[in-house]
Amino acid sequence: MQAANSNATEAGATQDFVTVFVGDTMFGLAIDRVHDVFIPAGVTPVPLSPPEIVGLLNLRGRVVTAICLRRRLGLPAAEGSARMAIGLEQGGETFALVVDGVGEVLKLGTETHEPVPINLDARWRDLALGVHRLDGRLLVILDVNALLVFASDRAGATAA
Amino acid sequence: MDDLLREFLTESGEHLDTVDTELVRFEQDPNNETILRNIFRLVHTIKGTCGFLGLPRLEALAHAAETLMGRFRDGLAVTSPAVSLILATLDRLKLILADLEATGTEPAGADTDLIEALERMSLGTPEVEAVPEVKAPEPKLPEIVVRECKPGEVSLDDLEAAFLAAPGPDDAPAAWMPEPAPVAAPVAAAPVVLAPVAPAPVAQVQEAPAPAVKAPASSDAPAEAPEGGMAKMQTIRVNVDTLEHLMTMVSELVLTRNQLLEIARKHEDSSYKVPLQRLSHVTAELQEGVMKTRMQPIGNAWQKLPRVVRDLSSELGKQIDLVMLGAETELDRQVLEVIKDPLTHMVRNSADHGLESTMQRIAAGKPARGSIRLSAYHEGGTITIEIADDGKGLDLLAIRKKAVERGIATQVDVERMTDAQVAKFIFDAGFSTAAAVTSVSGRGVGMDVVKTNIETIGGVIDIATQKGVGTTFTIKIPLTLAIVAALIVRAGESRFAVPQLAVLELVRVDATAPQRIERINDAPVLRLRERLLPIVTLKGLLGQDDTGTETGFVVVAQVGRQRFGILVDEVFHTEEIVVKPMSTKLRHIPLFAGNTILGDGAVVLIVDPNGIARQVSQGAQGGGPIEAESESGELGDPKTTLLVFKGGAGSFKAVPLSLVTRLEEIDAAKVEWLGGRPLIQYRGRLMPLVPADEAIAIRTEGTQALVVFSDGDRAMGLVVDEIVDIVEERLDIEIAAERSDLIGSAVLRGRATDIINIAHFLPLAYDDWARGTKAASVKTTTLLLVDDSAFFRDMLSPVLKAAGYRVVTAPGAEEALAMLQADPRIGVVVTDLEMPGRNGFDLVGAMRGGDARTAGLPVIGLTGTIGAEAVERARTLAISDLVAKFDRSGLVAALAELDAPPAVAAHARAA
Repeated sequence: MQAANSNATEAGATQDFVTVFVGDTMFGLAIDRVHDVFIPAGVTPVPLSPPEIVGLLNLRGRVVTAICLRRRLGLPAAEGSARMAIGLEQGGETFALVVDGVGEVLKLGTETHEPVPINLDARWRDLALGVHRLDGRLLVILDVNALLVFASDRAGATAA
Repeated sequence: MDDLLREFLTESGEHLDTVDTELVRFEQDPNNETILRNIFRLVHTIKGTCGFLGLPRLEALAHAAETLMGRFRDGLAVTSPAVSLILATLDRLKLILADLEATGTEPAGADTDLIEALERMSLGTPEVEAVPEVKAPEPKLPEIVVRECKPGEVSLDDLEAAFLAAPGPDDAPAAWMPEPAPVAAPVAAAPVVLAPVAPAPVAQVQEAPAPAVKAPASSDAPAEAPEGGMAKMQTIRVNVDTLEHLMTMVSELVLTRNQLLEIARKHEDSSYKVPLQRLSHVTAELQEGVMKTRMQPIGNAWQKLPRVVRDLSSELGKQIDLVMLGAETELDRQVLEVIKDPLTHMVRNSADHGLESTMQRIAAGKPARGSIRLSAYHEGGTITIEIADDGKGLDLLAIRKKAVERGIATQVDVERMTDAQVAKFIFDAGFSTAAAVTSVSGRGVGMDVVKTNIETIGGVIDIATQKGVGTTFTIKIPLTLAIVAALIVRAGESRFAVPQLAVLELVRVDATAPQRIERINDAPVLRLRERLLPIVTLKGLLGQDDTGTETGFVVVAQVGRQRFGILVDEVFHTEEIVVKPMSTKLRHIPLFAGNTILGDGAVVLIVDPNGIARQVSQGAQGGGPIEAESESGELGDPKTTLLVFKGGAGSFKAVPLSLVTRLEEIDAAKVEWLGGRPLIQYRGRLMPLVPADEAIAIRTEGTQALVVFSDGDRAMGLVVDEIVDIVEERLDIEIAAERSDLIGSAVLRGRATDIINIAHFLPLAYDDWARGTKAASVKTTTLLLVDDSAFFRDMLSPVLKAAGYRVVTAPGAEEALAMLQADPRIGVVVTDLEMPGRNGFDLVGAMRGGDARTAGLPVIGLTGTIGAEAVERARTLAISDLVAKFDRSGLVAALAELDAPPAVAAHARAA
């Protein structure tokens, strides 16, 4: 329940990212957008809601809309994995992004940054800002604003 | 923009509003010196502050207006043109203020037109010379009581300005003692503002280097000072955001207290019980206190009305009295904000449409002056506002006619409705019976917006109207939105909160108890004190399986005049809940008004009784999405009226009566044959005849029964053997027929009857061969059918129902979009692409650009002609398929191909 603090932000072209996991993929979220890291509990499902929305939960007296990153990315539901949530804010509203796990905070420079590969799934392309080449794995940087916009990018989702 | 300027803007805005109101009062009561003095003071304050802040344009205007008002005070006759001129000046002031607010600087420009007019007005009397005389010597002639008043007032205002200007409270007393050097600036400022009072030219104001000598003048009026001073001390201006934040914090405190109480309940003998109780009391009191700070007299929302009515009355040439009662009634400022515009609109409406012209009134033997009475009073936890006019009343006949024209209700419905129900049609979007839209009404907001606004805050609106006597609108709204009492109920796995305001009573129902749910055509109802109450199940509404829910509690609710029961599984208790707004991502769901955190920390959804009421009536009107939920194995449609006839070899056939235009018995001799096709001259046109079955031979003598169908100017006569009956039954198609001329068979009045497919006969093609239609598998998808032609809607609905869909229909793109928003269960859309106004492509375009759900919905387009361009457009809009309008089997096939997506949607909802 403690806010993720960014330690010692240095001047320069580095940026801090909170890393989260969904399946085997590692994603990065700009640290200035992350307000909380917590274990989602007591989620109240909302009938008739969009599928991405897991439900509502109480985060220290605030009602928070929980969004499943897995479903947002069009991935199948996972079973039994321990879940974590990232508290995000947009337009005065608090959202919880439910992920499979949260990793460390990484400080990354522009030298490892790459644009989003064009062959990525359209839905992912809309949600990603770029990719960082790390040792042994890749880190997909997510666009928090795009994550919280549901309207435009789902035409192909249910039309199948 | 600095704080000082912002403060000035807020204050001046308020002052101008007050002046507006007061001036109108003054016009009617020109001898009332109190009003005049008040107006004078306010305008003067504005002028003074403007000078202080260096806003010459505003100041010059205010000064000119003040001069004219000064002349009133000196006995100049108060005329309507003069008041109008001052009102116009006020409007200009407001305009400049608005600009100032937007840009932070006074806009360039001159107001010589107004200033000159004002000056002419104030000079255009024999007492012209008196003006300078009166004004100039004022400060020096304190012995004249009347005149002494003026400097007194003036200085007080200036002091106020100085107070406001002063950087901190410590500086305030300094204004009274000019000595201390550090605070000299504000002190000096006060007299500066005084300068314009003297007939000195405006331009001097800014340069006037603080003649500190004049400061004592302020202390010359000690009699006024304490009074004004005290009043100011009593109130402080607090930023709304600060209040809102305080409110939120208190809400949290209330929740935390509730949580604590919950814990304490479990630990009986805890030592913290007493302090907890005290905390509870203090919290309650704090909550009440903070609530009070948010309360404002409703008069604040009425402030602009006298002016509005005055302007209207001159614009429309009607004499109108506005009576306002209970302006001091307080309600939450949030509520106030929401009802402000609707109220103004309704008063406008009353003045424009409600009241007759003076001539008509006299002709009707009524007093020439029409009256609009606004009253507000508390009633329980709600506030009631009435807007009553003594005009001509609503023209219910015109409304009935219009309702039918617009397809909102059928002729039969309309005739059955009570006057009150009919009157409510005026709240439908785009409903106006006014013969001509005047410049007064029809400016943006309509009555539908009024109703929506009131409903968003949990209010209800009612109309009582009597022809020739008047119309009264009654609005009931909750005092506050922040905290409401709610009933906590359970439906399925989840708990929900139902606002107690809408709840009339609770009834326990049990299959074995005397109070039990009965079903009419699967629609659940409850006998309650000799009346039938329509029931909806909360689970059903929420898209969950509600089969077998016959036991539980019925929450009897009332919204407007509509009474219905909500069946829930369990009722826990009532609780004061803090209403938190729904997430923007979930706001489109009409069933929820918000959410809250209960004492045990759980988040529950607040059910919106208004939303449910809409669903209830929707279900009753025909789509049946609610009741349909209850039976998964059958097509739970409401009853359909069918025309039964004998069609060939003694078999019974039926067609939905809504499709039939007329029934005719013609002289068989009149049938003519052209090119091997039978025709008849019917109403000046040739109408083709088609036998309803190949076994039917068109008679050559005697009479021949015809069922006439028409759409637009096309008509067709269906030749039948004999018209048997009209029956009202549930259209329960059991077997989808293997023939294109039949939709399927149903049992009507105990007889197996074929339901004919008009789509087969309409194109006048004799394609009788079987088309291998698969037996319909029952789907749980709701299908939205959009077609501007009621005929096609009626024709296709049974086809689609037979294919296993629940069908809801919309007559146009707008309605379709509204229904898509309102009913999240719609899983597929079939739309006519050629419609007047917004066509099908526009509809799909709007859907694709809308929220995630509608953007992803599969769409099938119906079109008369499939051209390359249409195909291209359809592709870009991700329209799944294009089907020719009469191609029933093509449509069914296209829908069958879509089978997958509904499953996806259902899965997602369940997860």
